[in-house]
Amino acid sequence: MGKLGRLAINSEGFIFDPETGNSYTINKTGLFILNLLKEEKKTEEIIEKLTEEYDIDREEAMRDITDFIEQLRLFGLINAEEYND
Amino acid sequence: MKQRYEKPTIFKLHTGLMNKFGSFAYPLSRRVRTEIDSIPIKELIEQFGTPLFVFSEKKLRQKFKEIKNAFTTRYPNVEFTWSYKTNYLDAICAILHNEGETAEVVSEFEYEKARRLGVPGEQIIFNGPYKPKKILKTAITEGARINIDTFEEINDLEEVAESIGIKPKVGIRLNMDTGIHPQWSRFGFNLESGQALDAIKRISYGKHLELSGLHCHIGTFILEPKAYETEIKKMVEFAYRIEDEFGFKIEYIDIGGGFPSRSKLKGIYLPPEIAIPSINEIADRISSALLSSLRPGDFPKLIIESGRAIVDEAGYLITQIHATKRLPDGRKGYILDAGVNTLFTAFWYHFNIEIDKNITGPSEPCILYGPLCMNIDVVDDLAYLPPLPRGTNLILSPVGAYNVTQWMQFIRYRPNVILIGKNGEIDLIREMENIEDIVRREHLPERLTLRKEQ
Repeated sequence: MGKLGRLAINSEGFIFDPETGNSYTINKTGLFILNLLKEEKKTEEIIEKLTEEYDIDREEAMRDITDFIEQLRLFGLINAEEYND
Repeated sequence: MKQRYEKPTIFKLHTGLMNKFGSFAYPLSRRVRTEIDSIPIKELIEQFGTPLFVFSEKKLRQKFKEIKNAFTTRYPNVEFTWSYKTNYLDAICAILHNEGETAEVVSEFEYEKARRLGVPGEQIIFNGPYKPKKILKTAITEGARINIDTFEEINDLEEVAESIGIKPKVGIRLNMDTGIHPQWSRFGFNLESGQALDAIKRISYGKHLELSGLHCHIGTFILEPKAYETEIKKMVEFAYRIEDEFGFKIEYIDIGGGFPSRSKLKGIYLPPEIAIPSINEIADRISSALLSSLRPGDFPKLIIESGRAIVDEAGYLITQIHATKRLPDGRKGYILDAGVNTLFTAFWYHFNIEIDKNITGPSEPCILYGPLCMNIDVVDDLAYLPPLPRGTNLILSPVGAYNVTQWMQFIRYRPNVILIGKNGEIDLIREMENIEDIVRREHLPERLTLRKEQ
C-alpha cells in the first residue's frame, strides 16, 4: 500500500501526512477514491464503483481518476510507480 | 438514486499566508452566466458554435450615453468621434454613428470603410503617422479634418492642396509631458522642445494650409485623471499663443481618448472598481481645466476620441473547454477553443471569467491555454476556477475593444461575431471564415502545381 497507509485521514476530508508534516483538504469524491486506493483497488474497479455511486459517465470518471492520482503523485502522497495500472 | 457528482479535488493547506490576489481568488467565489441580454448562452452556441464573439447593442448604447452625458453636461461644445481601430465592424460603427459619433480613422482602409458606411468626409477625422498622398487628396477634396503628424506631411499636404486648388483646414498633433509614464513622444510634434512651434511657423510660412485645430493623445488606459487636466491647460495656452502670434483661429481641441475600461490590467493588483477612475471624474477634470483656462466667451469644440471605454464592456467571448491537463507544478491547465489569435488583448488583461452553469467544488489555480500549437498561446496564466468538465463554456469579458480588429488569421479560422439587438434580435454581423477567404488572394504558379495522381 506504500505511503497512503501512513496518512491520517478523517471523515471530514482532513488529511495529515506525519512524514512531512503537511496537511491537505479533500472533497467527498476525492475521499471516496482515496479510500479505494488504500484498499489497493485497481483503476478499473474504482471507475466502476465511482459510476455506480455517483451520477457520472465512464469517460469523465476515468479522466478525473487519472488526474486525481496525478495530483497525489505531485504532492508526494504516493510514489511515482504506484497506481499506474 | 445516485449521488450528485463533484470532481475529486485535493488541496495542500497553507497557514499564515496572505492572499494577495483579493476577492477573485477566494476559493468559493465564482460567477455563473447563463445568458447575455436575456438570450440563453446555450441557444447562441447551438446556433453559432464556439468560439463566439457576442456584442450587446444595449450595453454599447448605454456606455456611449454615459460618456456623452458626462461631457455634454459639463461643456457646451463637444464632438464624439468613433475610434475605428478599436472596433471597425460595420454593425458596431453604424450603431455609434447612429448615436451621433463622427469617425476617427488612421489609415486609407479605415477612411474607405467609414465612407462606404455612409459617413460624409467632413465627419471624418484623419489621424496617424502614415497618410499617403493619394488618400490625402481624397480627404482634402471630401473635407475631412486632417491632423498632421510629421514635417513631411506638411509638405505632402501643401503639394496636394496646391494641385487641386483647395486651402484645407488642418490640425496638428502635439505630444507633451503630462506626468504620464511612458510619455508618448513618437506621434506629432513635441511641445516643450519647441518642435510644435516650428511646425506652426512652417505651416504659416507655406500659406497653403489653414491651421484650425490641435490634437493630442497622451496615452492609453490612463488611470490618472490629472494628466488630462495638464494636457488641456497646455493645449489651451498653446492655442492662444498661435492665435495671437500667427492669426490662426483654433476651432477645435481634440484630446484623444485613452479612457480606461473596467478590465483587470496585468500588473495592477487592485480590482478595477477601485483602480479605474469613473468617466464622470475624468470629464469633470477636463471640463474644469477647459473652463478655467479659456478666454471669456470662447468655446472651441472639444473632440473626444473614445473607443475602448465605450465598446470594451459591450463584448463577450464564449469559448469552450476542449481538454484538461495537470501540469508538473500541480496546477490545472485547460485547453480552450479560443486563444491569442482570437483574443489579442489577452497579452494585457486578465479577463472576467464566467461559467455557463453552476459547478460545485473548490476553486483551484489554473492556466487557460488556447488551441494554437504555440507556446505563447496563453489566455490567462492565473485563474481560479472549480474543476470544470470538458465541454464547459466560459464567458470572457470585457473583450469588445481591439480584439475583432487585431485578431489574427493564424492557424485557425476567425470565428462568428453576433450582435444582440436592443429588442433581442440576434444577428450574425461577421461570419466565420473558411478556406476560400484565406486562399482567395493566393496564386500558385502553374509550374509548382502538384501533379495529380493518374
